[in-house]
Amino acid sequence: MIVGAEWYMTVAAALFLIGAFGLLLRRNALIMFMCIELMLNAVNLTLIAAGRALNDLGGQVAVFFILVVAAAEVVVGLAIIVAIFRRRTTASVDELSELRG
Amino acid sequence: MTELVWLVIALPLAGAGFLHFAGKYLREPLAGWLASAAIGGSFVVAAVAAVPFIQGGEHGTAVSLWDWMPAIGASMEILWDPLSALMALVVTGVGSLIHIFAIGYMHGDERFHRFFTYLNLFAASMLTLVLAGNYAMLFLGWELVGLCSYLLIGFWFTRPTAAAAAKKAFIVNRIGDLGLMVGLMLVFTTFGTLSYTGIFERAGDELTSGLATAIGLLFLVGAAGKSAQVPLYVWLPDAMEGPTPVSALIHAATMVTAGVYLVARSASIFELSTVAQVTVATVGAATAIWAASIALAQRDIKRVLAYSTVSQLGYMFLAVGATAYVAGIFHLMTHAFFKALLFLGAGSVIHAMNDEQDMYKMGGLLKKMPVTAVTMGIATLAIAGIPPLAGFWSKDEILGSAFERGGWFSVLWIVGLVTALLTAFYMTRQWVLVFLGQPRWDEGIEPHESPRVMTAPLVILAVLSVFGGLINTPLRLTLEHFLEPAFELVKLQHPPEGVGMFILLAGLSVLAGLAGAAAAYLAYNRSSDEWRGFEGGFEPLWGAWEKAYGVDDIYGRVIVAPGKRAAEAAAFQFDIPIIDGAVNGLGRVFRDLGEWARPIQTGYVRNYGALFLAGTIVVVIWLVAGGA
Repeated sequence: MIVGAEWYMTVAAALFLIGAFGLLLRRNALIMFMCIELMLNAVNLTLIAAGRALNDLGGQVAVFFILVVAAAEVVVGLAIIVAIFRRRTTASVDELSELRG
Repeated sequence: MTELVWLVIALPLAGAGFLHFAGKYLREPLAGWLASAAIGGSFVVAAVAAVPFIQGGEHGTAVSLWDWMPAIGASMEILWDPLSALMALVVTGVGSLIHIFAIGYMHGDERFHRFFTYLNLFAASMLTLVLAGNYAMLFLGWELVGLCSYLLIGFWFTRPTAAAAAKKAFIVNRIGDLGLMVGLMLVFTTFGTLSYTGIFERAGDELTSGLATAIGLLFLVGAAGKSAQVPLYVWLPDAMEGPTPVSALIHAATMVTAGVYLVARSASIFELSTVAQVTVATVGAATAIWAASIALAQRDIKRVLAYSTVSQLGYMFLAVGATAYVAGIFHLMTHAFFKALLFLGAGSVIHAMNDEQDMYKMGGLLKKMPVTAVTMGIATLAIAGIPPLAGFWSKDEILGSAFERGGWFSVLWIVGLVTALLTAFYMTRQWVLVFLGQPRWDEGIEPHESPRVMTAPLVILAVLSVFGGLINTPLRLTLEHFLEPAFELVKLQHPPEGVGMFILLAGLSVLAGLAGAAAAYLAYNRSSDEWRGFEGGFEPLWGAWEKAYGVDDIYGRVIVAPGKRAAEAAAFQFDIPIIDGAVNGLGRVFRDLGEWARPIQTGYVRNYGALFLAGTIVVVIWLVAGGA
């Protein structure tokens, strides 16, 4: 059995949907954050797979960019979450709806 | 000395500047004496600088100060010639006396120093006007004079009538100023400069008679506004709301003569247009008789003098229209003496009567205030044209010049003669009503002669009113020779030659004056019931005169009311619904848009996420389906 690009794409799609639904359904900020990471890595997987299938280094280059940006985003995001934790006892994002119009 | 002539303007200007900032630290009479010293010094400088003209043969010199607007040939330059010298002497001389009088008159006013600030500023403005070496600087003075008159008429601005009168004076003056401004633009497009010397020397060669007529008539509009001629005279009687020294300074001796000066100064332009000359003279004669008839029936002591001023200015316009410029300037000068005297005398009376201005409530003041009574009596005879007082010589020269010019001017001569009769009548009526007969004062009024600081200027002006006319009699034409260098480019109109003609014409005008004076004396030196009956005998004419022909009403209905309606329409029909509506409407559109989009922002992260996801899916489907 040859594991082709389609397999990777399928796994990536599954990962992405898990992340997306997790983001929509969970209320814990930390879990939601992990879901975002899941979605990012799903996208990374598609890029790697497509790059390999098409024999194009561009896919891997793009992944490096995403990894770097994701690392920075994690730093900022976790800092925000820690700050929220310090001020409030809960990590439920539904409590944080002050910015409604 | 001529190069120091800028001091004539600078001294009162410095006085005004100093009093503006430091005046409130000065105690009461000091501010007044300081202002008087400033203008008095200006008089001395002018007198010394005028000596070469008195010696004769001297022409004007232009003193350049600095470049102002080189593009239109307008520098700050002073034209010091006999005409401007004479005007400067009248303004500073009569002005000084009025300043001194005002020290007494304004005693106790809480804005004493401010009053003298304005007086000095006014004098500086008027001197800028008459000493200017080009039309741009003249216009600067012209506008400043209008501003100062606004400030001074409205000096007691807490009175609604004073505030309204100040506004009226300013607005009516602006109407005239528009004419002058357009005239100056026409001058500039024709000559490419506004400098007097450049214009007058080239006028004869470069100006067509049509253009000269247009410029002349536009100048007349400006002059009619400033000098209170028909139909723009309505501001001057109302301007009597100002303190009496203001009436004397602005509305008798100086500011209102600006129009006469403008025409005389522009003689080279009027020279080229008979139409403009005739129009000026006709406006003058019409104003003279119109205002004189109104003055007949006024009850307010200052209103009589206001209409009298309008009427006398009409004489001056008649003179300059007939190209008898020397006669016009001569009358301007003698009128400055006796009209300033009359106003100051009226101020003295009003002061004594606790601010009562109704002549029907005066009477019998001769014994209470002899100095005021005698000096005002002299002024009355002077303005009535009784020889040998000042008014006789100047008025007679005007009438004689009009007669000699002939044609249409003969009609104007007759108008002038009738006006002389009316003048004598209303002035004598005033004097008799105020000083003779039984006292008709209100309870509690104790009339008293005014202090020395007020009577001294009266006496000096009375002396000038008696002898001032002798500087230009047919026997000795001193003033004529003095002014000749200023008018060497134009042909001057003279009265007829010969002793016989002089006696005939002078006799006629003296007869008119005596008849008017005698009639008024006989009519009013009686009990008040009798002269009230005499006035009633002229109904309905008397009522029309007393209401000044209702001109204010007519202007109110024909011009002011439609103007107000137009302004209201613009404000409420156009500005609010359309201009404001467009701006507010745009704001409302975006506010409503925001209101509509507001529910999208729930504040729940998962809603944003869902929308994000939905958007992504839509874009993906679009791409998969073939997309762009």
